[in-house]
Amino acid sequence: MSRITIPEESELLELNLGPQHPSTHGVFRMIATLDGETIVKLKPVLGYMHRNHEKIAEEMSYIASFPYTDRLDYLCSMSNNLGLAIAIEQLAGLEASERGEYIRVIMAELTRLVNHTAVTGFLLNDMGAFGTPLLYAFREREKILDLFEAASGSRMMCNYIRPGGVRADLPEGWLDQAKAIVKAFPKFLDEFEGLLSENEIIRQRTLNVGVLPQELAINASITGPMLRATGVDYDIRKVDNYSIYDRFKYRVPMGQVGDVYDRYYVRILEMRESVSILQQALDDINDASPYISPKGKAIAKAPRTFKPPKGETYGRIESPKGELGYHLVSDGSNKPYKYHVRAPSFINLTILEDMCLGHKVADAIVILGSVDIVLGEVDR
Amino acid sequence: MIDQAFVNLNSTLLGALPEVLRPWAAGLVKIGVIAGLAPLIMMYLTWFERKVIARMQNRLGPDRVGIYGLKQPLADGLKMLMKEDIVPEGADKLMHTLAPLVALIPALLLFLVLPFGRNMAPLDLNIGVLYTLAVGSIGSYAVFMGGWASRSKFPVMGAMRTVAQIVSYEIPGALAVITVIMVTGTMSLVSIVEAQSQWWFVLTPWGFIGAIIFFLSGVAEVNRTPFDMPEAESELVGGFHTEYSGMKFALWYMAEFLESFAVCALTVTLFLGGWQGPAIPFWVLAAVLVIIMAMAKRLPIVAKVMGIGALVALSVVSFGEAIPSWLWFFTKTYSLMFVMVWFRGTFPRLRVDQLMGFAWKFLLPLTLVNIVIAGIWVAMPSVVGVLLDVVIALVSLVVLVKLNQPASLEKRTYTFAE
Repeated sequence: MSRITIPEESELLELNLGPQHPSTHGVFRMIATLDGETIVKLKPVLGYMHRNHEKIAEEMSYIASFPYTDRLDYLCSMSNNLGLAIAIEQLAGLEASERGEYIRVIMAELTRLVNHTAVTGFLLNDMGAFGTPLLYAFREREKILDLFEAASGSRMMCNYIRPGGVRADLPEGWLDQAKAIVKAFPKFLDEFEGLLSENEIIRQRTLNVGVLPQELAINASITGPMLRATGVDYDIRKVDNYSIYDRFKYRVPMGQVGDVYDRYYVRILEMRESVSILQQALDDINDASPYISPKGKAIAKAPRTFKPPKGETYGRIESPKGELGYHLVSDGSNKPYKYHVRAPSFINLTILEDMCLGHKVADAIVILGSVDIVLGEVDR
Repeated sequence: MIDQAFVNLNSTLLGALPEVLRPWAAGLVKIGVIAGLAPLIMMYLTWFERKVIARMQNRLGPDRVGIYGLKQPLADGLKMLMKEDIVPEGADKLMHTLAPLVALIPALLLFLVLPFGRNMAPLDLNIGVLYTLAVGSIGSYAVFMGGWASRSKFPVMGAMRTVAQIVSYEIPGALAVITVIMVTGTMSLVSIVEAQSQWWFVLTPWGFIGAIIFFLSGVAEVNRTPFDMPEAESELVGGFHTEYSGMKFALWYMAEFLESFAVCALTVTLFLGGWQGPAIPFWVLAAVLVIIMAMAKRLPIVAKVMGIGALVALSVVSFGEAIPSWLWFFTKTYSLMFVMVWFRGTFPRLRVDQLMGFAWKFLLPLTLVNIVIAGIWVAMPSVVGVLLDVVIALVSLVVLVKLNQPASLEKRTYTFAE
């Protein structure tokens, strides 16, 4: 039954948005029940892209899962790698090398820039801006993807981070290139904001649209920029201090209302903080230690002989979309007994109906865009 | 000489025919020119739009087919022709086929009264303004026919939005034109252009407001960004033409582009002086074009030499003449088309309710004020009248903007946790 009152005399129209639809960010389907243009009921339908990732991972060695994690959230493969690497390290009691940790943080923050620029561009596309903000965002994203390619050999499916460090050392001149890109990034953000933040149409379309109440956000275990836009100070980088995040100075931006505009703006502010982390990390990194710890190197050489002790762990990181967690259970063999991904896209999508009710169809599209989902991660 | 080249050519051709055939031949020539010009205009508007938007987005745009992608529209047309024509199951086949034609024909009919240059209006109707308003609004029927006949939900929603939108925006559009009729006292487009030989109407207070309102309502009537609700791609897939493919789809596009062209041409005719321009000698323009051509990197040398030669020859032949009137008309119209494309490249889309609010709460009151302003302009042709006009215009603009400001647009503050 619908949760908002429908006038007696109105006839409802059921509209199927997706699975083939330009703005559902993949094969996602929303069954929207409309009273005129107003949404009175909305049912998300998932699972069109289920690839059995979790079960497949239980049938192979720990390291062999890394390429599969690239395909979870295909915009942020580096963060996905990092999450699994941290879980495996916890399980096996490994330590990452100093330089490895720095490279990981740099990669994770660059991924955050990639993700937030892309999602803001797509959000504007959903609002009907004919690709201009998206292509501005993609121009910057492409520069960072070039960095990824130089380091890992692939633009998007990086498969780069390993337990104990990273798969290969940074190529010569990479750090200077990265420094130049990071230095130029705030300029792009200023330009991007100049185009968007004060735009009258954007403000009308986003302010007080898709408001997520703080209490509901906490109860539904929403994480990431969506949660922080409602004014909750919760960033796993600060809470867990995993990797070497405690060495950098950065702030956690928070919104107040939790509407689409706050989500957009919190992401912009987060990018500025990421730039500050990147600048510190790029200055501090040194060549003294190896890019991967000796133990990690041994595991990477012979992945099938790697048998973590019996036990259970939950490794989590602050991925650009929210809390990305890996639940691993080891039975002492070379394959995980249980492997589960806590996908932020999926959990953040659960309150879609609550945000959309009473709004127009056009708003539902914008709200979905502001949730920031990638279907590879939702369906796994 | 260049100015009247087409008119002279037409009368020479007709003069060669026997007396009896002349009226028929004259009609046929006009039909032929419009039917030939319209697809050409449409094809190169698509090229123009893609190229301009690409440049706004740090891209190159079409550049694979022909120099500067100039053969791209032909390739697209060929592709459209070869595509399968799909009629959805259970759709009303007759209506489904008829709808794009019903959209296209009024768009072509609009060309009939446009004064393309001095003595170059195909037909000088004494009710030209009324005719354009009437013919221009037939398009909404076509959209509704197409949407309804598709038997699909997205097209129906798109069609519903279209009808609401076009009906709403026709009112401010028509009321904005009334000011021109009040001042000139004629409905003939040719006479309206001639009345602007001293001052373009856009330079007067009422003309300035009228031109903006007319252009904005025109943009809304042809469903272009930021008023492209009926075909909102990110919401309704393709809106009313979701279920169209192949040449029928191309016909929808053709109707839309021709209507946008007609809206720009009408704004130019009614407010921007039509084909009238400052008397700049032709050779100045030719010199500019020669320089541009000589600097173009990708143009083949043959085309360069031929183009430069033709321009030099033309300016020698017509030495002392001004830039032809039809060139002014097309330059102005394409400048407005550029503005439309610019809108598309930069603006997000409004929401349905906001769009309607803009028409009824902002544009309509402003047009009513504008009629008063035009009345004062006619009744008090003195400095006092002009000042009064300016004051009324500014005050009403400020008041309307203030009244339409939504309450929630205050600036947000964001906090940081260390």
